[in-house]
Amino acid sequence: MVVEASISERVHQAVENALTRFGAQDDELIPILTHVNHEIGYLPGQALEEIAHALRKPKSKVFTVASFYGMLSTIPVGKHVIRFCESAPCHVVGGRQVILALQQALNINIGQTTSDGHWTLLAVSCLGICAVGPAFIIDDDVYGNVSPDQVPAILGKYQG
Amino acid sequence: MKTTRSMVLVSGDPDSLAKGASEIFKTFEIECAHLGLQDEIKISWLSDTGRHDALPMAIVYPEAIIYGPLSAKDVKVIVDEHLYKGRIVESLVASSHELSGRIAWLVARKGTLPAEKRIVLERAGIINPEDIHDYILHDGYAALGKALTSMIPVDVINEIDSSGLKGRGGAGFPTGQKWRFVSKTASQKKYIICNADESEPGTFKDRLVLEGDPHCIIEAMTIAGYAVGADEGYIYIRGEYALAQDRLRKAIDQARDLGLLGQNIFSTGFNFDIHVHSGAGAYICGEETALIESIEGKRGEPRSRPPYPTTNGLWNKPTLVNNVETLANVPAIINRGSTWYRSLGTPKSPGTKVYTIMGNVNVTGLIEVPMGITLREVISIYARGMKNGHTFKLAQTGGSSGSIIPASLQDTPMDFESFGKAGVALGSGALLICDEDTCVVDLCRVLVNFFKNESCGKCNPCRIGNDRAFQILTNISEGVGTMQDLADLEHIEKYLYQMSNCGLGQTSGTPIRDTLAHFRAEVEAHIKLKVCPTGVCPMSGRKSK
Repeated sequence: MVVEASISERVHQAVENALTRFGAQDDELIPILTHVNHEIGYLPGQALEEIAHALRKPKSKVFTVASFYGMLSTIPVGKHVIRFCESAPCHVVGGRQVILALQQALNINIGQTTSDGHWTLLAVSCLGICAVGPAFIIDDDVYGNVSPDQVPAILGKYQG
Repeated sequence: MKTTRSMVLVSGDPDSLAKGASEIFKTFEIECAHLGLQDEIKISWLSDTGRHDALPMAIVYPEAIIYGPLSAKDVKVIVDEHLYKGRIVESLVASSHELSGRIAWLVARKGTLPAEKRIVLERAGIINPEDIHDYILHDGYAALGKALTSMIPVDVINEIDSSGLKGRGGAGFPTGQKWRFVSKTASQKKYIICNADESEPGTFKDRLVLEGDPHCIIEAMTIAGYAVGADEGYIYIRGEYALAQDRLRKAIDQARDLGLLGQNIFSTGFNFDIHVHSGAGAYICGEETALIESIEGKRGEPRSRPPYPTTNGLWNKPTLVNNVETLANVPAIINRGSTWYRSLGTPKSPGTKVYTIMGNVNVTGLIEVPMGITLREVISIYARGMKNGHTFKLAQTGGSSGSIIPASLQDTPMDFESFGKAGVALGSGALLICDEDTCVVDLCRVLVNFFKNESCGKCNPCRIGNDRAFQILTNISEGVGTMQDLADLEHIEKYLYQMSNCGLGQTSGTPIRDTLAHFRAEVEAHIKLKVCPTGVCPMSGRKSK
């Protein structure tokens, strides 16, 4: 199919760009993976294979790193990813009500992707913006001091 | 240097940026240019000042007026009235009720809260973090010049040693001693690593240093390199800190351009260069050997120690790993001397400590105060008391591996020794203040959940122990716990401490231990009476899987 061919080409291009930018060295593996993950949204098997080949490593070694780090994903995610902080500082100032509001608004549980592929909801550890909890990040945008009633308006910004 | 009549600082921390600070910055530029003020008014970015109630904000010097929270349309009014006509726009001034001692450098507040003392964050918030000249104007790179031109490496180590500086990452190991270990190794190749993988929940002090004063860390690492004989450094910074990474990279480029980094620094023949290495979301990488594994492109699993990184670190070479806050003290100590440094804090814990304050208090944010302040002082003075007049129940220090401190210990001085004697941990300086509506079972469950998720999985006690503890606490919170569960929790806590491979596992039982030590009756109420005294836990009676 035409569409699949273009995805494969995009993945290949992202890997090539990352290898050119960082160089095919062991200590650049995590930056390479991060770059491809950012471009494609996740790390498809094809990307891991190409990176393993370039770094002359077994694919298993690349996969074990890709699956270890929280900001890398080996499975496809939605168009927009919500990373909600579930650590204690956000929790004690009302974080639970906010995650419930997010779940309700999207009609999915933590770790799931909406059926239209628009949203993925993840619960993550501390984001380092604890003074403004409850907090979450959508893609690269930070939202702090969130109350449950603000959730629909925030999500509304990402429609369409 | 060009002189300017006024200076406008626009808050550029992530929260402000999310609330449109970029547009405000741009509007200031446009409006100033519109009135022909572009040569008289300097507009700069301001890093996080610790004040979060009026974001996005702008501070206008020399009057030190804080405007906020601002929207782009307010900017025109400020430019027309304040910058052009010299009249302060009272209606846009941030509420003075909220003014706190956290912005200690503000002219208006100087001297009113004498306990705050800034070394680590001395420049954060008053200099433009993206301009090396601003840093140099504030004594920047003077310490490096002094060290390279008038001190031999062992002098530098002796100065740090006699200052009594201890690691601010949580463990409190004497910094000078660590430097000496690395300097004494015979290897030709050594590394300096700045541990900026600040992932401890509730801790964001390092982010404020990196965003507000990145050159300070570059200078400190270069001094450390000279002292121990290293020519290469890495800053390992967590992946979530995009703004700090960006500022560090800019700062490194600027330092290289001015010959303060790279080959033959200050024409002394000393070479040093720094790489920024981004993490990818793993709490465990704050553990120094896991961090090293991660730089080498592997899973961030801690190595067995010994050997320690001081002899076998990055690429198996001697490596000095220091926390951001520790390093940020170094230029000040070299500039002003160890005797001055020892005049601050307590005899055994000299210097200052940056605390991040959050939870159920009126003012959240950060403070830098001399070691030895008490929790009661922090809550009543800096945090402006408990929110809604509630009662202080407990504080959780040092992030998730820190202690749970009951109200009875709130007058213990917060320094390494006093806290050690009281059996609590100072940790990384996070202070999560909780009121009487906080349920200890619920809090403990959230803390253990963190370790369950962040355990790297390499050793069994940590991987299985935290998972099991989480199940037990979930059962208790749902009203189906048994008294045997408490005995099991105590077992798990003990084995986590005794048998885990690294610091994460060893300290992960602390919340359980402290909860049972200080709040056992409240936990037992969940089990025996099937009641959550604070009404937080679901107590639904459902047996969790």
